[in-house]
Amino acid sequence: MDAILLQILNGLDKGSAYALIALGLTLIFGTLGVVNFAHGALFMVGAFCAVTFQRILNISFQTIDPTKKDFLGNPLKVDTTYIESWLGPNLGSGILDWAVPISILFAIPVMILIGYVMERGLIKHFYRRPHADQILVTFGLAIVLQEIIKFFYGANPIPTPAPEMFAGSFDFGAAVGLAEDTIIYPYWRLVYFLFSMGIIAAVFSFLQFTTFGMVVRAGMADRETVGLLGINIDRRFTIMFAIAAVVAGLAGLMYTPINAPNYHMGMDFLVLSFVVVVVGGMGSLSGAVLAGFLLGILESFASMKEVIAILPGINQIIIYLVAIIILLTRPRGLMGRKGVMED
Amino acid sequence: MLGLSKSDIRIFLLVVVLTIFAPFILNPFPEASGLAQFNAGYPDLMQRFVIFGIFAIGFNILFGLTGYLSFGHAAFLGVGSYAAIWMMKLLTMNVIPGIIMSVLIAGIFAVAVGYISLKRTGIYFSILTLAFAQMSFALAYSVLTPITGGETGLQPKISDPRMLDAALASGEAPRANLFGLEMGTSYELALSGWVFTFNVGYYVAAIVMIIALYIAIRIFRSPFGVMLRAVKSNQQRMRYTGLNPKPYTLAAFVISGMYAGLAGGLMVAMDTQVGPERMFWTASGEVVLMTILGGTGTIVGPILGAGLIKYMENILSKINADILYEWFAMLPDSIADILVFVIYPFIGKGWHLTLGIIFMCVVIFLPGGLVEGGQRIGNMFGRKKKTEGEKSSQPAE
Repeated sequence: MDAILLQILNGLDKGSAYALIALGLTLIFGTLGVVNFAHGALFMVGAFCAVTFQRILNISFQTIDPTKKDFLGNPLKVDTTYIESWLGPNLGSGILDWAVPISILFAIPVMILIGYVMERGLIKHFYRRPHADQILVTFGLAIVLQEIIKFFYGANPIPTPAPEMFAGSFDFGAAVGLAEDTIIYPYWRLVYFLFSMGIIAAVFSFLQFTTFGMVVRAGMADRETVGLLGINIDRRFTIMFAIAAVVAGLAGLMYTPINAPNYHMGMDFLVLSFVVVVVGGMGSLSGAVLAGFLLGILESFASMKEVIAILPGINQIIIYLVAIIILLTRPRGLMGRKGVMED
Repeated sequence: MLGLSKSDIRIFLLVVVLTIFAPFILNPFPEASGLAQFNAGYPDLMQRFVIFGIFAIGFNILFGLTGYLSFGHAAFLGVGSYAAIWMMKLLTMNVIPGIIMSVLIAGIFAVAVGYISLKRTGIYFSILTLAFAQMSFALAYSVLTPITGGETGLQPKISDPRMLDAALASGEAPRANLFGLEMGTSYELALSGWVFTFNVGYYVAAIVMIIALYIAIRIFRSPFGVMLRAVKSNQQRMRYTGLNPKPYTLAAFVISGMYAGLAGGLMVAMDTQVGPERMFWTASGEVVLMTILGGTGTIVGPILGAGLIKYMENILSKINADILYEWFAMLPDSIADILVFVIYPFIGKGWHLTLGIIFMCVVIFLPGGLVEGGQRIGNMFGRKKKTEGEKSSQPAE
């Protein structure tokens, strides 16, 4: 029982990341009909928003502290960050500690801007081109974004710690009434899961309960008719693209404490997210989320020692294997709509 | 001649001449000059040009003719490489059995992958091929370690059986050869400042590429090639005329898989080692870049694209800030600083950025790749000539 629970929990954080990226991919595909290979790069850019924000906060100046001496007997130079000197040591260091969550405020406008520029500047011209062209040009864009990040931040992973409060682990087993020390779970993974659930809920309720969302859904079903009714559907779809970029960016940003960001993390996630989208069904939002969690959990089950003993190497290929089986047996994926990219 | 039309034979002969004289053409700068670092006429790089040329020619048969975008072609390259190295370990260091086996095994693997992947089209096909390639990579990396050598890969060892070879003299390492002629052998020709290197391995690979190109041209111009174009333009119409597109597409997939296997076998023949990273999906992405960059569906485009990317990878990536300062030495320091600051991100380690930008521009503005660009420039200057010789121009497609 506890072993199963543990694997489900382990699958949740990766599953959340898959689900969030796949959700954004599906939003873009469902609205604009564009296959966006640069979505992984947006995930990565989001992660580097956190890095950038942290670096900005850590800009500091040097003062000489006359009360302390270094080992040679010279007065010690002390680095003080501006934020600490402005807001006082308590609040300042608190903000520094919470840099990753706070950088969400910084990342949202950045991602909206990137998404908007990307859609208006590039994707717009590819609505009518074949899917292969869309894949190729966004693939090229992904390379460019990745290289720009590499130029500024280097090729090595940059550790970005979670706030002190969430740094440790807690005994999940004891919390749900099992024996102590059976399931130890890091706090931040739980935070990540809850955060992604929040984002997913926000996106769904935005589409379901607002007028804007209603129009977008109508546009997804029949773009032309909505356009004929005098609604500027293109503008709304552009906004949806920006929202999808924000979703990907935030997914990457909150993932940084789990996995130190490097410039190719986006590509690593992108390949799997595409598999997730296809398994869930092209154009189905709930399918993407469901498949994301499902594959994340499956992957963690496949990496159990007992499973590997029976089927060696299964943990490496399980996602692809599932994708192949689903694609061949259910042409529409798990929850795909009829008539959307079926052949 | 050779069953090719006049314009094809012209292109074909051009490629033949260029590959034969490549050691001269790619070494235009004297050894001592500062521009010598742009010389690409050293064996290792020339071998890459032709081998990746073969890989891209094969990919073009699938993507250029049928329009199926495979994102997993590196798997066949990897499988071919493993097949070739095992032939070298078990039978002989002669490269012939290895190359033949690499084509065969890659072909068989392509039949299996193609049969399943071709049940779907469009993006689903791309994802399926990608999934198969990633699976092969993951398995080669982990479970199949006894066969693939895992992370360290495979190299010929002195202790290998090599049943057909005579025993090595003590202290001699096993080297790839063609009936005793070692692949690594080079002849250097020094001509007043220029040094030209003629390498056995390069010429073996070049001959194989010329044969591969010839076969590809024949496929492009054959009734089979026309069928493949039909698959691309309208499968439904093809079915209505009573033809099943599936076998044609599968045949194209297998042929291009065999080309990839051939490229893998040749890679092993030139440099006797294999690692699983050769099958990683970025390697599959690279061949896509090459083909699109050069020109999809054209005959020389893929070779051009492969050459360009490999040139950038090996030459552009070598330039660093110091070299830039050397070039701009005659300019005032401040201007040189600005120029270096602007150019630096695009060269050296940043060559991928240049590649990405060029690739995006090609996809956006030149869907026909560099070949189309060349044709456009040619038309701009030679419009007059074209109207005169209109009779000999190609029939409308």
